[in-house]
Amino acid sequence: MEAAIATRNLTRVFGGKRRRLQRKREPSEKRVVALDSVNLEIPHGELFGLLGPNGAGKTTLIKILATLLLPTSGEAYVAGYDVAKDPFPIRKRINMVTGGETSGYGLLTTRENVWMFSQFYGMPSRQVKKVIDLLAEEFDLQERMDAKVRTLSTGERQKMNMIRGFVTDPEIIFLDEPTLGLDVTAARSIRGFIKKWIQEQKGRTVLLTTHDMMEADELCDRIAIIDRGRILACDSPEGLKRLIKKDVTLKIETDRLKDTSVFRSIPGVRNFAVSENPKGRSMTTTFILEDDAPIADIMSEVLRQGSRVHSLKKTEPTLEEVFISLVGRGLD
Amino acid sequence: MLFAIYSIIKPIAGTLILVFMYYLAVDVGGEVGIERLAYMFVGSAFYMFVFQAFFGLFEVIQGDREWFQTIRYIYISPISYYAYVAGRGTTQMGTAAFGVTIVLLFGKFLLNLPISLSLGLLPFFLAILLLGAFCTVVIGIALAGVTFLTARHGGGMSEGVTGIFYVFSGVIFPLSVLPQWGQILGRYIPLTYWFEGLRRAMLPGFVGDSFLLSISNSLLLVILAGATVLFFLVSVGVFRYTEYLARKKGKIDMTTAY
Repeated sequence: MEAAIATRNLTRVFGGKRRRLQRKREPSEKRVVALDSVNLEIPHGELFGLLGPNGAGKTTLIKILATLLLPTSGEAYVAGYDVAKDPFPIRKRINMVTGGETSGYGLLTTRENVWMFSQFYGMPSRQVKKVIDLLAEEFDLQERMDAKVRTLSTGERQKMNMIRGFVTDPEIIFLDEPTLGLDVTAARSIRGFIKKWIQEQKGRTVLLTTHDMMEADELCDRIAIIDRGRILACDSPEGLKRLIKKDVTLKIETDRLKDTSVFRSIPGVRNFAVSENPKGRSMTTTFILEDDAPIADIMSEVLRQGSRVHSLKKTEPTLEEVFISLVGRGLD
Repeated sequence: MLFAIYSIIKPIAGTLILVFMYYLAVDVGGEVGIERLAYMFVGSAFYMFVFQAFFGLFEVIQGDREWFQTIRYIYISPISYYAYVAGRGTTQMGTAAFGVTIVLLFGKFLLNLPISLSLGLLPFFLAILLLGAFCTVVIGIALAGVTFLTARHGGGMSEGVTGIFYVFSGVIFPLSVLPQWGQILGRYIPLTYWFEGLRRAMLPGFVGDSFLLSISNSLLLVILAGATVLFFLVSVGVFRYTEYLARKKGKIDMTTAY
């Protein structure tokens, strides 16, 4: 049985070409490699996560798989069909939800919006109305189903979009940062639904992009870490954590340091990421170390820069540390 | 209230501009037959179909892309996007039909223009009306496909194209008024035959251009049907090509906030 989603050397480049009427003196559009030879195979029934920072290529990959964008080279297959040559059979089987946007027709009610989109899939109207009610209950949106879309809050709009995406019961669904910009409760409700849906609807496949480590860890069967268009690692969350099991993870909070680049030259430091602490002069640096040996050198460097150490902690590896180890920076 | 302004007051006001221009011409230049006013009035009334359809069609892609941000979900659904746009264009024609009817009734009963539709000409009227409406939609779709590749300018393009049709397809004056090249251009615009047919059906005793006079009603239908088929094929081709380019360049769902 073929995979739900498969890509072979999938590459997408934006820009870089001089337009026909562009003057020679004008610089050509900057060339951006959004996806660089991406190879993935996602079997049916898997909740697969793509974890990466903004601009990593996650949305580009989803757009290609959802038949919105053509690849520059390579191949991509969804439900066994080529996205470039055969988009129509794919479209019957997929749906997509994107976070952080305000899509919808403000003049229509929530129910009318969802119903209208279901009709593009040829769903029987009576059946769809029942499904809409069930999903509205799942997302606790019953009371807002007859409200005009323009009156919905950001969280309610996103819940409406989730209902729109799931109402067609797709074989494969693409969720592009579905909890982006939502409060904790709304995000939890959406995560809870995704988890429940994949457990109940056997054989359905979810491709979820996120830059939320906890979300990826909590939901996904497997995760691919993507940065600058390249897949750096692909495994289960536990498998990814095992990649740096032998490494030492050190979190050190200090006054702001003048120069952090010197840490790169300390033997035994595999990688590190710095995050500024809000409303304060302190910063937290997370180190991935080969062993305990470099700790003394790191402390000496901190003190040499005249900085005070507020706290120091050795931790168990999390996805965040795996990410720092592979990418060389955090997601923030 | 908005509906009344848009569907009743706006079209009547638009047509009244022509009526006042006619009376001004009478005042300045002497007697001008009422049939001239009827010519302008009927052409102007049915031109609302063209304006409304083009305006709506040019806004479909950019509106769904930039304002409603729904285009990606419609585009990835199993429905043909061409069919979806055609549906939106047809809806615009339906909305325009209300305004056209109001304006024609206004002309007949308040301006006493010789507008009428005999039962004998009803089949011809319906055939020419539907063919022309379909032709308008398919031409509009072909041109609307271009908006896949642009960030804005849908409104400007629609006004530009409808402006060309307004001048060169005999909407308010006969082709014979135009210079030779303009008359030739007008003969290649299918809407010229549409307006001619509509006038023949609605204005008894109407005498049009000498060039169009030689074309019988049935030949008029054949010409319009042929042009409609041709433009349908062209619109499918243009729309598919621009859609392909937009998908290649990543412009299907671009939001520019431009």
